[in-house]
Amino acid sequence: MAAATPACLDSAPRILRLVAECSRSRARAGELRLPHGPVATPVFMPVGTQATMKGITAEQLDALGCRICLGNTYHLGLRPGPELIQKAHGLHGFMNWPHNLLTDSGGFQMVSLVSLSEVTEEGVRFRSPYDGDETLLSPEKSVQIQNALGSDIIMQLDDVVSSTVTGPRVEEAMYRSIRWLDRCIAAHRSPDKQNLFAIIQGGLDADLRATCLEEMTKRDVPGFAIGGLSGGESKAQFWKMVALSTSQLPKDKPRYLMGVGYATDLVVCVALGCDMFDCVFPTRTARFGSALVPTGNLQLKKKLFEKDFGPIDPECTCPTCQKHSRAFLHALLHSDNTAALHHLTVHNIAYQLQLMSAIRASIVEKRFPEFVRDFMGTMYGDPTLCPTWATEALASVGITLD
Amino acid sequence: MKLSLTKVVNGCRLGKIKNLGKTGDCTMDIPGCLLYTKTGSAPHLTHQTLCNIHGLPAMAQLTLSSLAEHHEVLAEYKEGVGKFIGMPESLLYCSLHDPVSPCPAGYVTNKSVSVWGVGGRVEMTVSKFMAIQQVLQPDWFQCLSDGEASCEEATSIKRARKSVDRSLLFLDNCLRLQEESEVLQKSVIIGVIEGGDVMEERLRSARETAKRPVGGFLLDGFQGNPTTLETRLHLLSSVTAELPEDKPRLVSGVSRPDEVLECIERGVDLFESFFPYQVTERGCALTFSFDYQLNPEETLLQQNGTQEEIKCVDQLKKIKTTGCNQEMTSFEINLKEKKYQEDFNPLVRGCSCYCCKNHTRAYIHHLLVTNELLAGVLLMMHNFEHYFGFFHSIREALKSDTLAQLKELIHRQVS
Repeated sequence: MAAATPACLDSAPRILRLVAECSRSRARAGELRLPHGPVATPVFMPVGTQATMKGITAEQLDALGCRICLGNTYHLGLRPGPELIQKAHGLHGFMNWPHNLLTDSGGFQMVSLVSLSEVTEEGVRFRSPYDGDETLLSPEKSVQIQNALGSDIIMQLDDVVSSTVTGPRVEEAMYRSIRWLDRCIAAHRSPDKQNLFAIIQGGLDADLRATCLEEMTKRDVPGFAIGGLSGGESKAQFWKMVALSTSQLPKDKPRYLMGVGYATDLVVCVALGCDMFDCVFPTRTARFGSALVPTGNLQLKKKLFEKDFGPIDPECTCPTCQKHSRAFLHALLHSDNTAALHHLTVHNIAYQLQLMSAIRASIVEKRFPEFVRDFMGTMYGDPTLCPTWATEALASVGITLD
Repeated sequence: MKLSLTKVVNGCRLGKIKNLGKTGDCTMDIPGCLLYTKTGSAPHLTHQTLCNIHGLPAMAQLTLSSLAEHHEVLAEYKEGVGKFIGMPESLLYCSLHDPVSPCPAGYVTNKSVSVWGVGGRVEMTVSKFMAIQQVLQPDWFQCLSDGEASCEEATSIKRARKSVDRSLLFLDNCLRLQEESEVLQKSVIIGVIEGGDVMEERLRSARETAKRPVGGFLLDGFQGNPTTLETRLHLLSSVTAELPEDKPRLVSGVSRPDEVLECIERGVDLFESFFPYQVTERGCALTFSFDYQLNPEETLLQQNGTQEEIKCVDQLKKIKTTGCNQEMTSFEINLKEKKYQEDFNPLVRGCSCYCCKNHTRAYIHHLLVTNELLAGVLLMMHNFEHYFGFFHSIREALKSDTLAQLKELIHRQVS
């Protein structure tokens, strides 16, 4: 990667190479060039919060075709801590992951752990749930930890407010996020090895979002994330904010929509012009016995699967579907053998990655709108039965479902 | 199936069991162990992670306690438990109980034995038991037996006698039903030697069971803590002396390395491999050395390390473990200890398992401290591989007449 030269807007490395664009919608297919290898986009990134992908080995994750996954700065900053990870040759060395890593800044924990946190201009003060100790996570500290972690993509510390909050706090958070972005850029010690992404805030207010977009796109960063969504907001508001954001973000830089991972949402948001996604949903739901399939999900613990001798999905090529039946997984889920959870984690990650591959292929082969129609038909029984918000979102970018 | 002994050294039998399995072309080495499973799957491991392990035993142990309640499902499945669990190529032995979870006593009658599954008690008469085996279609299965004479502290002669009588009755009935079943022609019944701690009854059980056309023998009732085994070892020698040489001898509930060696010296061939699982569940890794071929300085170095750990272990011996109620042994290290936080060595230097080739003690420590599922996966892979390596070294030692050295090395590591 070329070293970034200061100030000039064109000097940030162009890490995204576009390979194809949908002629109707805003969908794009491309390739990210990252220090630990190329990543095809659109991409779904599984979440391995604490330097592990929840019961599956690095080898298994690699075999599924995953080339980038997430770690979390807040958690890893507490345990085992940046100094130890640095001694272990970074997060890659510590967990022995040969491909790419993206670390979140710790900003989202401000919302998810709101009772344990307090925000000021300085940063976020957290009280540790483990030992009651207080830590201040400032933009500088967050970048410092992420520098030690050595992840390929690092996120700015943003002032995150739940999407259900209204009023002046939303505006305050948006402007503060811009100031914090500048502090992160200034503090970043290795721009030639780690790509710092900005995170667009502004809640569900179109004006605030537009302001944030205008300001942040003036900054010289290799990529942009769309944050502050995928909380408790309505889907109707959600898609409009995504669409607004992609319409204002530069085309030649990746757009990372944070916290989105439901299949329908992925398809729609690709149509709206997003390239990267992450979500705990597939891996978390696996541990509850739920397997993702093109028609939704299978709650395998239920009695109706007791004598179902077919695989989770006959079209799926993952190791779980190659070797095991729903009936066996049902029996294993009712035991205390954790292997059951791992079988489902493997499958659900495979499902997500196979979905993204299929989306990408359809964009490259110039049949993305047909793909969307087929997908909705399979998921909802008929393309016209897809949820209203999705129909409207797709229509806004030229894809109709009838 | 055919057991051929290569040699017998001081009571230890070295050999192979050939012509095993449905196609009759599988072989097992003895002394050896069976792969421990829970509900038909190695604990924590999927097919991918299981196959990473070197030296996997040819035969896996299934437990009726985890499978009996799935009887109806398997009956409808029709193709046998091996295929159902995704291990169609493996040899399978079905035991009654899970050696790790003790079974509540008091549920054996003249007509039935109970096993305990997730959904509760499953009572089995001879005909129900055989119906389940018909549907499982294992290669070997432990015959229905009364193992409760060994449950209490001091068994009465009367109770010991009853355990033998009942087990023989169950055996004769099961053999009769097997004759009538086409499906079960390919499965081998393992006769169970009972009799509590009463020598007379143990001998009677051995002699009588040996008269029946069983494929092998399970020595039941020797499980317990190390002290109970010690007092039962003389019983063990007397029992195996009564058994034919050309049939395999299994023992249930004995899995610790030192106890394994004691039993091999008394004519036992096959063991369960639940010990590495118990070690995994307490967040520990097997580190004991079985490499008696190492040069003296190296052995001393490793031994010194172990000596220091023994001090810690003495302090830690009070620790109860989750689910297994076993104390930590000196064959292992506890990765939760703070001293491993910055230890970037593998679990065991020179170990070729997936965990040692890819990860460090520091990483495992982190996974345990943060309660991550991967800890169990990686520890299980290491502990199984280490344990199977131990059995390999036993066989090698017997081949080269150096078992005494191996035994001495193991005993040096028992605190």
